[in-house]
Amino acid sequence: MPTSELEKYFPVLVMAVIAAVMAASLTILSSVLGKRSKSPQKDTPYECGMAPTGDARDRFSIKFYLVAMIFILLDIEAVFLYPWAVVYRQLKWFAFFEMLLFIALVLVGYFYIWKKGALDWAIPERPRKAGPKTGTNLYREAA
Amino acid sequence: MRSAIDYPVESRPAPEPQESPTGQRRMTLNMGPQHPSTHGVLRIVIELEGETITRAEPDIGYLHTGIEKQCETKTWQQVTTLTDRVDYLSNLANNLVYALTVEKLLELEIPERAKYLRVMMSEFSRINSHLVWLGTHVLDIGAMSMFFYCFREREELLRVLEFFSGQRMMTSYIRVGGVALDAPRGWEKMVRKFVDVFPSRVDEYENLLEKNPIWLNRTKGVGYISVEDMLELGVTGPMLRGAGIAMDARRTEPYSGYEKFDFRVCTHTDNDVYARYRVRLEEMRESLKIIKQCLEGMPGGAFQADAPKVVLPEREKMKTQMEALIYHFKIVTEGFRVPKGEVYQAIESPRGEIAYYIVSDGTSKPYRLHMRTPSFGNLQGLSPMIEGALIADTIAALGSMDFVLGDTDR
Amino acid sequence: MDFMILSLIKLGLVLFIFMTALAYIQWIERKVIAHVQLRVGPKRVGPHGLLQPLADVIKLITKEGMVPSHVHPVFYYLAPFVAVFFALIPISFIPFGQANVKIPFTDITTNMELTDLNIGLLLILGLSGMGVYGIALAGWASNNKYSLIGGLRSSAQMISYELPMALALVSPLLMLNTVSLRELVNGQEGFYFNVIPRWTIFLMPAPQIFSFIIFMIAGFAETNRVPFDLPEAENELVAGFHVEYASMKFAAFFMAEYANMVTVCSVATLLFLGGWHPIVVPGIGNWIPALVHIGGGAICLYHGLVQPARKWDNITLPVFGVAFIGAGLLFAIPIVQELLAPVFWFTAKLLILLFVFIWVRATLPRFRYDQLMRFAWLFMFPLALVNLLITGLLVAATTN
Repeated sequence: MPTSELEKYFPVLVMAVIAAVMAASLTILSSVLGKRSKSPQKDTPYECGMAPTGDARDRFSIKFYLVAMIFILLDIEAVFLYPWAVVYRQLKWFAFFEMLLFIALVLVGYFYIWKKGALDWAIPERPRKAGPKTGTNLYREAA
Repeated sequence: MRSAIDYPVESRPAPEPQESPTGQRRMTLNMGPQHPSTHGVLRIVIELEGETITRAEPDIGYLHTGIEKQCETKTWQQVTTLTDRVDYLSNLANNLVYALTVEKLLELEIPERAKYLRVMMSEFSRINSHLVWLGTHVLDIGAMSMFFYCFREREELLRVLEFFSGQRMMTSYIRVGGVALDAPRGWEKMVRKFVDVFPSRVDEYENLLEKNPIWLNRTKGVGYISVEDMLELGVTGPMLRGAGIAMDARRTEPYSGYEKFDFRVCTHTDNDVYARYRVRLEEMRESLKIIKQCLEGMPGGAFQADAPKVVLPEREKMKTQMEALIYHFKIVTEGFRVPKGEVYQAIESPRGEIAYYIVSDGTSKPYRLHMRTPSFGNLQGLSPMIEGALIADTIAALGSMDFVLGDTDR
Repeated sequence: MDFMILSLIKLGLVLFIFMTALAYIQWIERKVIAHVQLRVGPKRVGPHGLLQPLADVIKLITKEGMVPSHVHPVFYYLAPFVAVFFALIPISFIPFGQANVKIPFTDITTNMELTDLNIGLLLILGLSGMGVYGIALAGWASNNKYSLIGGLRSSAQMISYELPMALALVSPLLMLNTVSLRELVNGQEGFYFNVIPRWTIFLMPAPQIFSFIIFMIAGFAETNRVPFDLPEAENELVAGFHVEYASMKFAAFFMAEYANMVTVCSVATLLFLGGWHPIVVPGIGNWIPALVHIGGGAICLYHGLVQPARKWDNITLPVFGVAFIGAGLLFAIPIVQELLAPVFWFTAKLLILLFVFIWVRATLPRFRYDQLMRFAWLFMFPLALVNLLITGLLVAATTN
């Protein structure tokens, strides 16, 4: 049995070292063992066989940043829930109503970002013109 | 010496990305020609804002084979084998439309049995094409297994085609003046086997897809294009029928005896990817119905027209009769002559309306042969269909068009 | 014996089994999907294609490890490294059997795990959260538009599903009041009326079926599996974030994916399916491992000797059958039974969950990006919260 708290982490540490060695060998080994041949055509970025236009390291949509920020805000809430859950049985109703209040506060923000459209990904659909009814032979009418 | 790969590929450069009105930077992305979902070598230049497509331009021509021009150097009956190669999935439709066009010029009367055989084979071809379409379309949307189920049935079907023509894909079965060979002994059994099994298989596909919420989400309301646009761009076939327009050359301008068959022109009003899927699925059932009618009502008699100057004589006759031998020699060495004139004939291929326009100058080779292929027309609808949609919708929309690049580029 | 030496021995053993299992999950996946799709799957390399994983590894390692000149070299190498590194660590503190097991013929007692951390669950969540860096870095470093879109998609997807996942895990914690994985499993021991196991998904007062489903769905998204495989969506983005990767670097992402799958399924097993506790009361339950193995062996023998479907089946299948029956008989020995039955139950549950992963891959189409995000934020997240509140209410009402 482990004698100290610190010793408990010993296998994790060893595992981390092994994982590091393994990961490093996976990434590097083929560069060492495999053959090497370069050509300018081989070196171009893959873009379905066409010469790429522009740089891939371009600015990208703000929505990705928004998701990251919303995630951080709401994930902090989730992190608060963990210690709360562990001591829940001791605090019972007090814990329940306290967390209800906390979640309610977070939910206000959640509904706000929902209403603001931060969670909508597609741009609104174009208005659709109504199609003809079934069976009408528009082709024949046009002809 | 430089190898071929060192020479840069010359192509239309993609336009530079623009700043959008909202100030967001746009990205230009090449989809194709080497891309798993463009079903060949279609190139689409798309302009993206995040994941949303703001502009899309299809760029075709990567599979230009010059078949139309090649046809001018072949004799009339040699062209048949070239028409096979235009659209490898519905080669029989191409055979048929070519044969019909030339027969129109020749004013040739085709015996009933040949007509029935033609109808039956082209309906087989339609099922074949729809099967490949369904498999690849569903694969594009992400479900792998469907592809293999569809190809299981296609295998059965190709076996039938092989049984009739000796070839699985490039059958060249329908020829000017009739069909290449009479239906072989035991064909009823072969066809009946397929006809008996296939309905349950179509039900199986339907079961797999119809109640799958992801499939419905991916297809419903996706790939919409207005009917006016479709008619202006020349979109035909299941795409147009999916928009509620019952346009089907088999019904509107019957050919090869289609007026005798009882079938429904399948339509759907939703005008989206889902509607096109429904139309094609139901068309498979209708095609099967036509095949069944062929099976039951197959008339006897000759399978080729009685036109010794056009149709090759039977082997036995050629060996015993002087005239037959002369005709055979003439047809094989210089080909038959087609009277001067020009003619246009349209039929319904699995993809839409396919039509050949042939000009003959009275020699044994076509002067000009133009193909109005459905894939080309359908592909024109791409831009209005996917502008404003997401990248994933491009794939669904592309799949729903069911184009064959060989058919587009000729 | 010294804890450290014992740990090292166990580590070597576990690592060996784990790495072999990782390779063979891929083989199982290919076989299962092949059979769903009316194919045979790998069968050329070794009997039933059993040496296929080995052949693949050799092939991938000796392939050209090309690094295109347009990539950012540091991050390009770092990406697969990060992905594999963080995917492998969790196995060092996932328990897979009972505590204080006495190893026969020695006086050593040990836990069936590498180490028991009181914050095991939090650590797993944290480490799996790091996995997103591998993919995001790969997408950015490749300097390719498909990779970039794939990397961005996947970053947004993984963090979006992290939230319902974290929330779904709170509910079982609420009922069992600990974050130590071992304690969590210990809390699920026993049976109701000697029939229904007291696993979290059946545990009174608030059975956690919903949070189990939410966790599994989020697990699919976290590991980028179908129907959430958008980062690599091959029909749209060709190969997504790893377009520019070749050879073993490319395979490293898959290895990380499979390791993450094992981790997700282990956590689901530990938290929701009672870990190593048997599905039926121990009196009968102890004999099930033996019966399952002997049954499997009998099936192999039948198909090998009576109905050989393929050429070498009459030789290979009886060998497997005999091996299975041997393992079954081993499970019938009381000492072994005591030692390995819990491990069997844990592995069996894990494999069933892994099978679900594979099954789903063979069945479902892919989500569209906006649908996926909407599903996470507007359905999974509220559902997980509601489930948590109901659980809280029920637990508070029944605790005295």
